[in-house]
Amino acid sequence: MKFPKVKAPPLPDTLNPRPRPPGAPPKRKPLEHAQEAGISAIDWVDERTSLAGALRWVLFRKVPRGTNWFYTLGSATLFAFLSQAVTGVFLAMYYRPDAAGGAYESVRHITNDVFLGEFVRGMHKWGSTVMVILVFLHMGRTFFFGAYKYPRELNWVIGAVLLILTMVMSFTGYLLPFDQRSYWATIVGVNINGTGPVVGPFLSDFLRGGAEFGATTLSRFYAIHMLLIPGAIAALIGAHLFLVTKLGTTAPPWLKANGDDRLHEDRV
Amino acid sequence: MPDPRKTPKSKYTADRGFAGAFDGETVTRRRMMTLTAHGAGAAATVAFILPALGFAAGSALFDRPEVQWEAVGKPEDFPTDTYIPKVITETSGVGEIGKTTVYMRARNPQIDKPPNPPNLPAGTTDQFIAISTRCMHLGCPVRYVQASARFICPCHGGVYDFVGAVAGGPPVRPLDRFYTRVHNGQVEVGPRYSVNSEFRRFPSYRDPGEDLDGIGQYMYPGRFSTPKLN
Repeated sequence: MKFPKVKAPPLPDTLNPRPRPPGAPPKRKPLEHAQEAGISAIDWVDERTSLAGALRWVLFRKVPRGTNWFYTLGSATLFAFLSQAVTGVFLAMYYRPDAAGGAYESVRHITNDVFLGEFVRGMHKWGSTVMVILVFLHMGRTFFFGAYKYPRELNWVIGAVLLILTMVMSFTGYLLPFDQRSYWATIVGVNINGTGPVVGPFLSDFLRGGAEFGATTLSRFYAIHMLLIPGAIAALIGAHLFLVTKLGTTAPPWLKANGDDRLHEDRV
Repeated sequence: MPDPRKTPKSKYTADRGFAGAFDGETVTRRRMMTLTAHGAGAAATVAFILPALGFAAGSALFDRPEVQWEAVGKPEDFPTDTYIPKVITETSGVGEIGKTTVYMRARNPQIDKPPNPPNLPAGTTDQFIAISTRCMHLGCPVRYVQASARFICPCHGGVYDFVGAVAGGPPVRPLDRFYTRVHNGQVEVGPRYSVNSEFRRFPSYRDPGEDLDGIGQYMYPGRFSTPKLN
């Protein structure tokens, strides 16, 4: 028996090889398309934002001769801040700012029960010390290399504010585990604040949320620690980096100012 | 000849030939709209910033807690020659950290000065001395040591004598005290008050580290956040 012959369905146009019109560019193979996919995605974004110029301005700056490893201390500080931000956000998923025992219990839970809890809390705890040390090393580099001088004074001022904010982070974060050490250290710290003439007592009241260490003191410190100061630090880091990019970095002080012979000859 | 586009226009609308301009008028429609937009933006910003700041600081600075009295024992429980430690709740709702130890004894006219100023608040008595354990250096808890009849602070070595006056170390003023009263046959402990080195009372108690002699009493003013007797 013979089956009736059914006509094959027509192929879609795209699958029918068609001759290229004369003079047309050679057709791309799929692999070439894949290779260019990333570039065309970037092109798509860049066409709509013109970000490439800004990125080139930030990333491909000219740096002076003699730039060395000391110049990486600022980036190291930024990295420490980012690590604090990420570990802090995740610690906040388990932490409870409850002064009547819940805070200590939640930190104990993070440390003893949660998977990798001790490690992530340890990164945040020791990372804060690392960040303070890096801030001071970065500040020392800036000072000893004379990088605070004209036209970079404003960046030094922003950096000093960032140092103070980092200290405020350390102070407010110290209370959060809510053990004996953090409780009494915070009592002492708030009372040191209070010794400022005239405004000191009211600043202490503001920090504690009243005349006594009370139910809202811990949540106040928590809000300052995870919302108020990090926002300010992030914004000021943005300004700091903008000025670094705009003004460029300084050469180390041991290089002579007119070390470039070619320039020197031109002037002669 | 200067470029006419760069010469500033007259600020008077009448000079510029606006319809309906009157003599001395300077607010053009464009200026009016600019000022309105800037003003609306400023008003909107102030409208959320001020309440937010007031919310953050207002109750912390201006809420006066209620006066609380806590019974600690019968009048005959308290000797004149040593201290009895009692635990009272200074702040409620925060568990253990709201409690504090108070060292109590009966008044001994031979060593205790009369109240200064002499008029105590109505209902309170000077028959009992209630001394706070808050060190007046930076707020660590002091402990009464019977053998030396001294209050000693573990943090930075502050030492106070039997009546709470500074005997050594960094503290800037004598230990705070609490108002006491006798109510229903029970000695009750009330609000805290501060004293300076002459044992003058400062009813709005000050935080540790704040000197209350001489200029200190003006440098560290009383606050609105301390409980107030009548």
